[in-house]
Amino acid sequence: MSQEYLSLRERTQARDRSLRDKVMTLEEACEYVNDGDHVSLGGSTASRTPFAMVWALIRARKKNLSFSRSIVSTEGDLIFASGVGNHILTSWFSQGIVWGVSRVMRHFTENRLARFEEWSHMSIGLRFRAGAMGVPFMPMRSMMGSDVAGQLDNLEEMTCPFTGEKILLVPALNPDVALIHVQRCDPYGNAQLDGLTFMDIDMAMAANRVIITTERIISNDQIRRRPDRTRIPFFTVDAVVEAPYGCAPHECFGVYEPLFSHMDYYAELTRKEPMEGVQAYLDEYYYAPENWTEYLNLIGLEKLLDAARRGRSIYDD
Amino acid sequence: MTIETKDFTASELLCVMSARALEDGQVVFAGVGIPLLAATLAQRLHAPGVTILFEGGTIGPHVVPGQLPPTTNEQRCTRKANMLVSITEVLLLLQRGYVDVGFMGGAQIDQYGNLNSSFIGSADDPSVRLPGTGGGNDISSLTRMIVAMPQEKRRFVENVDFITSPGYIRGGTSRRDAGLIAGGMYRVVTDLAILGFDEETGRMRVEALHSGVTPEQAQENTGFELIMDSSVETTEPPTDEELAALRHLDPDKVYTA
Repeated sequence: MSQEYLSLRERTQARDRSLRDKVMTLEEACEYVNDGDHVSLGGSTASRTPFAMVWALIRARKKNLSFSRSIVSTEGDLIFASGVGNHILTSWFSQGIVWGVSRVMRHFTENRLARFEEWSHMSIGLRFRAGAMGVPFMPMRSMMGSDVAGQLDNLEEMTCPFTGEKILLVPALNPDVALIHVQRCDPYGNAQLDGLTFMDIDMAMAANRVIITTERIISNDQIRRRPDRTRIPFFTVDAVVEAPYGCAPHECFGVYEPLFSHMDYYAELTRKEPMEGVQAYLDEYYYAPENWTEYLNLIGLEKLLDAARRGRSIYDD
Repeated sequence: MTIETKDFTASELLCVMSARALEDGQVVFAGVGIPLLAATLAQRLHAPGVTILFEGGTIGPHVVPGQLPPTTNEQRCTRKANMLVSITEVLLLLQRGYVDVGFMGGAQIDQYGNLNSSFIGSADDPSVRLPGTGGGNDISSLTRMIVAMPQEKRRFVENVDFITSPGYIRGGTSRRDAGLIAGGMYRVVTDLAILGFDEETGRMRVEALHSGVTPEQAQENTGFELIMDSSVETTEPPTDEELAALRHLDPDKVYTA
């Protein structure tokens, strides 16, 4: 088993960790995701979802990807419905509680067309943390005695060698690729994150490759003025893509709040005929636009400006 | 529902009653929906010193009236907070023992306080796949729990189809034996009653009924036998002050429709 750790290190050592320009397009960044990869998504629910990169992977017709995220929202519907992946590891899966249970998620899971592998929120966090720490597992005290644990086969209960207590071990998760959206990043991949960081820092450290999408690219001089603000170091990052409104229709802290009316529209579209609804949505918003700007155009300037005004209210009020 | 005064909704009643269950100075880990709203209500009424934790990573926020977050992960959850941390860090506060109350909603609960938010029917061939645990399993495994949910026969079942968030599991010492040596179900607040749990058996019992609710009604809306003393207390109905504060917080009835 120590072979796994050594090959993780070898892959890391083989990455070009020099300070170099990594700025590219969404389409070019797709080259860093191979069919069959395990892809971890930053953010949580409707916050800092790396939608621009998910959008690009769906358009690139990637195959057999598996995904993990702390909590999965509509991007999970679109991953299943587009066929880029049929396996998602998460603790909660639906657009958000106020929109009810996702009919698309239900269609895929209840008909066994795709797998929603359910772990507790903390266990996913500790799996990324173990991955970030370079250790094979983390011990924890929840999930024991529940049917959530009963559904999973890569867990172990053990007796603590020091105290004799029962404790649960969860294995490290080192994703092939992590997709993380941030407010600011320099061309080398030094990423600054405002607001809630979710599991993103551990995820970046754990991953074998990292693609950063960013609201804006800032100079390395700016980074060096406030290095305390950098949360993800450049040598963990392989690609940097400028994607303004890169989380739309979700939120990016301090920049825009969720585009609620668009999310209402999606929920309505998929309520009665989930599969027709989600396919129509993919056709209109994913396959038809020429580029990300055109996608934003389809969502509409008025909605984007409204979301931006609400987003900035964190600093303006 | 035959509560005499009909000038509030069942979810408003639920909010007020569960807000009352919180005490000033407590550290409360609140889930989305009624718990988020009720914890915020408690802050504005009898418990201004309640420290709310949200699983998105927020410590000590004060949600802005009329701007209720749709989940516990948006920037709206961070208003006037003391600190923002990662999801993992905020959940580890439960494990470390800093939290007084875990406060959650529920889809389905059983006689031992086990919650199901994963599957209706069997896990292998469910009739409904529900959204899952989120932080629910961690919260209920690691701290003392208050659950707020409407009391209906289909929600209060003898044994849940799937234990997503453990209560007393199969009663007796089964929770402790499973390795969950801390925390456990403390109260279930419903639109009919305040429910607690018998210390020995871990089974649900009625602590108090809401004004105008009969013992028969509480039992009829429950899919298993409730432990009930003949001299069970009655709660005071929501006051005008409580309802006004609640409606100020949720004017669009996002969580109190």
